[in-house]
Amino acid sequence: MTGNRHDDHWLVRPGSIRVLWIVFIGVLAATVAPDFLIDQHGDFGIEGSFGFYAWYGFLTCVGMVVVSKVLSIFLKRRDTYFDG
Amino acid sequence: MTASFPPGMILVAGGLLIPFVRGRVREALVLGLPLITLWVVWLVPDGPVVTLSFLDYQLTPVFGSPVGRLFGTVFSIMAFAGGLFALRQARTLELAAAFAYAGSAIAVTSSGDLITVFVFWELMAIGSTLVVLASDQPKAFEASMRYMLVHLLGGVILMIGIVAHIADTGSVAFEAMRPDSFGRVLILIGFLINAGAPPLSAWISDAYPEASPSGTVFLSAFTTKTAVFTLWVAFPGTWILIPVGLYMVFYGIIYALLENDMRRILAYSIVNQVGFMVTGIGIGTEMALNGAASHAFAHIIYKALLLMSAGSVLYRTGKRKCTDLGGLFRTMPVTTICGGIGALAISAFPFTSGFVSKSMVAQGAVDQHLAIVWFLLTAASAGVFLHAGIKFPWFVFFQRDSGLRPSDPPMNMQWPMLFFAFLSVGIGIYPRPLYAILPYAVEFVPYTIPHVVAQSQLLLFAGLAFFVLLPQMQRTPTISLDFDWFYRRFGTALGREFTVRTTRVWARVVDAAAVRAQSITYGLLKHHGPHGVLARTWPTGSMVLWVAVLLGAYLVFYF
Repeated sequence: MTGNRHDDHWLVRPGSIRVLWIVFIGVLAATVAPDFLIDQHGDFGIEGSFGFYAWYGFLTCVGMVVVSKVLSIFLKRRDTYFDG
Repeated sequence: MTASFPPGMILVAGGLLIPFVRGRVREALVLGLPLITLWVVWLVPDGPVVTLSFLDYQLTPVFGSPVGRLFGTVFSIMAFAGGLFALRQARTLELAAAFAYAGSAIAVTSSGDLITVFVFWELMAIGSTLVVLASDQPKAFEASMRYMLVHLLGGVILMIGIVAHIADTGSVAFEAMRPDSFGRVLILIGFLINAGAPPLSAWISDAYPEASPSGTVFLSAFTTKTAVFTLWVAFPGTWILIPVGLYMVFYGIIYALLENDMRRILAYSIVNQVGFMVTGIGIGTEMALNGAASHAFAHIIYKALLLMSAGSVLYRTGKRKCTDLGGLFRTMPVTTICGGIGALAISAFPFTSGFVSKSMVAQGAVDQHLAIVWFLLTAASAGVFLHAGIKFPWFVFFQRDSGLRPSDPPMNMQWPMLFFAFLSVGIGIYPRPLYAILPYAVEFVPYTIPHVVAQSQLLLFAGLAFFVLLPQMQRTPTISLDFDWFYRRFGTALGREFTVRTTRVWARVVDAAAVRAQSITYGLLKHHGPHGVLARTWPTGSMVLWVAVLLGAYLVFYF
């Protein structure tokens, strides 16, 4: 009876999720903004490029997910695989 | 006052005593002994403290060193918090075994010779196997046996290595060495097996998640980090550890990304984190070695914190799979917040313990101009946030509503979570006490604006990648094959085939023997049986005839 009322926690309402995304994107922009002002002392070439840690973090994560997806084609089994 | 025995022996003896006491006395032992151990760890001065002769060798069962003290300290703190977490819920066998296990790990950190290291190394294997065995999870027995086999193998390799090394050099000293002889290579391999290095890494994710909610917390701390300690002491600057460590880092991320069991995700991430430490030891500069040691210290605390929060979920819901969980933040606020702090710390967010420790390993790579190593470590740091930092809390506490409404666990399970959450943040904000007990003087300043900005960018954009790729991240009720397939499937199949074939050959041998036996008995029956030629009753007449024939023949021959 009250189960549905519980589901309506403010964190899971579509409206709040939209607000959270806006805040998140704002924070992302805020972390890249200082790159206009400070000099990321590049020890290794491209490390000093603009927003290096942002694009490097994003792209390597996408890469790791892709690699795991490709490997899963060969490695994935039902979780009852070893039970038999 | 100095200690005349290995400080870890206090916990080993305490562990043996625990089954015989109950109630208040047991609580006093479980909470008091780790604190006494911590105190005694700090009483051991640098250098050899106790020596004794054994056969032809001079053993040093108590040896003080800054790095040993660092590991002994965090192991004692871990035993205290783990003991409190397990106090009311764990089975007696688990609690006793966990204390003996923790004590032998601490005893390794105060060992001055390889023979003492080996003795406590094996004691750890026994203690940790019993912790898995004492579990309430359904598949624990089989998992504990597989776990024990891997560690017995590792122990045998280590022992052969130590024997060969002693035969080579005559020295039993536990000190820095190069893997340049048969014996020393085997010692390195023996240490690496316990660290979760390839190819046998699967023992961690196979056995640890089958332990009880509290058992996994103990297991996560001691075996792999004792291996880190021994590698730190014996093989600093051994280049092969760099690729081995980097492999572990990415192995942990990839497998954790595919995993559905929440505690197995965290088990894979142990391999990942130990990979950072092994890489740091391989780089081998004072900066990198400080990084490896301090990262082990910070890691034990936040990893235990993460597994305590996962253990609380398991304890309250009886469920372990992400596909069965979700939305628990509503009714488990303390567990969610503490798990979240652990997740931030493992991801090395600024103002958490991971930030002030892991950065030193990366700085070690920068100092040595190891560009590829640095790029891989940086990518891996982003990957940690992806596979443990967001994935674990998201799928367990948020995601969809599973309909489960468990409450936070009992207070004795909440207090150690709060304590470790406090330490994870405290070390991050004020790292000076940790830096003060590191083996080398620290000339590293974690909080510079570029460093904080860089790390924030890296992690937050890794988070963006997670949510952008969320459809790809949805969990399925699957596992991923690993090296353990060779001994769980290939080995069994081989064994079964061997049984089938030998059974067939045996049946043929038995058949042939039966046919042979039958023909012998048939022959006997034919000649000696009731109707056999030799067994007939002869008529008297034929006897008289034969006598007459014989007499006749006699007469003929006589003449």
